[in-house]
Amino acid sequence: MKEKQATELLDAKEATTITGAEALLLALIQEQVDTIFGYPGGAIMPIYDALYDYQDKLKHVLVRHEQGGIHAAQGFARSSGKVGVVFATSGPGATNLVTGLADALIDSTPLVCITGQVFAHLLGTDAFQEADVISISAPVTKWNYQVTDANEIPEVLAKAFHFAKSGRPGPVLIDIAKNAQLQKFEFKGYTPCSHVRSYRPKPIVRKEYIEQAAALINAAEKPFVLWGQGVILGSAEEEFKTFIEKAGIPSAWTIMGAGALPSDHPLNVGMLGMHGNYGPNVLTNECDVLIAIGMRFDDRVTGRLDKYAKQAKVIHLDIDPSEIDKNVKTTVPVWGDCKETLPALTELVEQKEHKEWLQKFKDYEQQEVDAVIREELFPTAGEMTMGEVIQHLNELTGGEAIIVTDVGQHQMVACRYAKLNHTRSNITSGGLGTMGFALPAAIGAKFGAPDRTVVAVMGDGGFQMTLQELGTIMQSGVDVKMLILNNQFLGMVRQWQELFHDRRYSFVDITSPDFVALASSYRIAGKSVNKREDLHEALNEMLTHKGSYLLEVMVTKENNVFPMVPQGSSVSEIRLK
Amino acid sequence: MDNQAHNEKQEYNITVYTENQIGLLNRIATIFSRRKLNIESLNTSPSEIEGIHRFTIVIHVTPEVVRKLAGQIEKQVEVLKVYYNTNDDVIWQEMALYKVPTEVIAEKALVERLLRVNGARVVVIRKDYTVFETTGHREETDNLIKVLQPFGLIEFVRSARIAIIKHSEGFNRKLREFEGREPHHDVVENEYLDRKAKGLYDVMYP
Repeated sequence: MKEKQATELLDAKEATTITGAEALLLALIQEQVDTIFGYPGGAIMPIYDALYDYQDKLKHVLVRHEQGGIHAAQGFARSSGKVGVVFATSGPGATNLVTGLADALIDSTPLVCITGQVFAHLLGTDAFQEADVISISAPVTKWNYQVTDANEIPEVLAKAFHFAKSGRPGPVLIDIAKNAQLQKFEFKGYTPCSHVRSYRPKPIVRKEYIEQAAALINAAEKPFVLWGQGVILGSAEEEFKTFIEKAGIPSAWTIMGAGALPSDHPLNVGMLGMHGNYGPNVLTNECDVLIAIGMRFDDRVTGRLDKYAKQAKVIHLDIDPSEIDKNVKTTVPVWGDCKETLPALTELVEQKEHKEWLQKFKDYEQQEVDAVIREELFPTAGEMTMGEVIQHLNELTGGEAIIVTDVGQHQMVACRYAKLNHTRSNITSGGLGTMGFALPAAIGAKFGAPDRTVVAVMGDGGFQMTLQELGTIMQSGVDVKMLILNNQFLGMVRQWQELFHDRRYSFVDITSPDFVALASSYRIAGKSVNKREDLHEALNEMLTHKGSYLLEVMVTKENNVFPMVPQGSSVSEIRLK
Repeated sequence: MDNQAHNEKQEYNITVYTENQIGLLNRIATIFSRRKLNIESLNTSPSEIEGIHRFTIVIHVTPEVVRKLAGQIEKQVEVLKVYYNTNDDVIWQEMALYKVPTEVIAEKALVERLLRVNGARVVVIRKDYTVFETTGHREETDNLIKVLQPFGLIEFVRSARIAIIKHSEGFNRKLREFEGREPHHDVVENEYLDRKAKGLYDVMYP
């Protein structure tokens, strides 16, 4: 009955009297939202009451904590390319979103978060569950707005979606006072927003800069492409591939850009940054033209800035003008949407191969294989390594799975070694480095891409930060494969303490519950393995199991992730051990 | 411009045109506080165009920092435009009010002369106190404090700086360009890149 009603209300030629809460849901439907991650509470109850009648159009996933809800929405947005939607109540419900907002802002993830707020007449009275969410969330949102009158809802929601998904995407928070949710008003339909006078998401692509960039590239002998998530956010994977293939340029990725080009593409020379591959780091300081595409020169990528690519001419393609010349000075800035700038550039670059230059990357790769990779991926004795777990996973998935990672050593290992055939297959907390991200993000990723296998690779520390979301898995029946690489340490901090703090292991020794028993109490199947001979079959069982599965792999306790660019060092000072 | 001059701190006047939106002041303020930068002076008031507010922010930083600050402010979705200028590029004023006992003024002709010399003007005269006002640069308003201190200055207050950009053509035309559904070429144009091309990164005119 309600389904018919929703369509009728949206198509109605005349104004209809409805509540603010209902108008909100109609706006979501109009924005093609089908999944909401949320948690009810006092100040958002009118919205949940309206949702009761719209369950057939809007699937609501009840999470176990608002932080889990927002990370799930992030995972959803990252796997699907759509806007993630979160509901939370006022006060603690809203403050629990803050970590996820900060994470989504720094990683440019489109979200619309709806929080309940106390009645407008109670604002500022220290009312029950009142928090100043607009002020708290201002620095961690692309935009936020407090609604105190139902009449504002359609227009504000339209703006929210426009801001969240256009330009450089980001999280938006709409705080709706309870009275506005309850208020009946004349709903005159919903019009999506496409222009706000103060907001310029998309610039004109400047031809002279494209020409200058192409001239630099055509004259280059050792050009090097660095790409980031911008290629994925701009849905420009094909345009990107065509560009590098025509110009024959070796290309390396930031952790956020992983998967935009398949792992086994001949021009994909690997990962950048602190734990990236050897060649891409060393050769950053040897290339003559550096072409950065949709990436922001994070300090974990550049290492010491005053010794970063000083010999190179730098071309920077980005949609956000404030990124240009922020960290690395550019020779040619190409401000624009890479979906437009890349084809324009491709047209002007000469068909080339840089065989000798590409060979240099391969030579360094061989050194890295000999010094690090072989031992990490194919050990024959001793305890299991994180790398060999990922290697077996690759063999079984063939690179078809979505890999969601948490933060720490396992994240670096998984991102370095996971085989990714498709874009939107690597979901990780890159900028903020939020431990506890993976489990809820994997839940959201599966809802966003239900036909794909989703594997959450986690450490024993990070998993324990948001393990309450096992309840969400149990109740929603979502199929998530959980792979815990347990080294019984907060491994990355331990590694730094070993290398830079004289092995003074200060509070990194972490004990864990029986993870399999824990999963079992949530009716989730699981297994723990500590022998190499059992690993492959256990991973196979996890992947072929119908429904969610938790696999704990006991790995060697004190392994370090290498190569490594120590903090404060130049990328070319990368250490192999 | 040599490198050293490029990195020297100096006073900048940042002019921001924004929508009149609650919470925007906070958003702009955190762009400074996040970098542990002290705002020397901040004025915000309605501009000549209805619904558009104008901020004048004074800050003492390097050219590099002011450029990045301007970029981050302009990135806010409710900010229309940001300009930054050195003191040489603007005409600026601050206003100050001084409260002095009336009996001193009445008794000592000297005071009246001092006030006249310093360009002050009487705002209110009451039996017990008199309020003068003056406008000018910081040194001028500071100087009058020193002058009035021996005569029993009771209270003093100074406004934030307001500044007019010498090369500005105003914001009316610009706003019309912003409002178009297909915004005018200049609007979707990146002036920062233009400045960069001309090697004029540190100076921006509207």
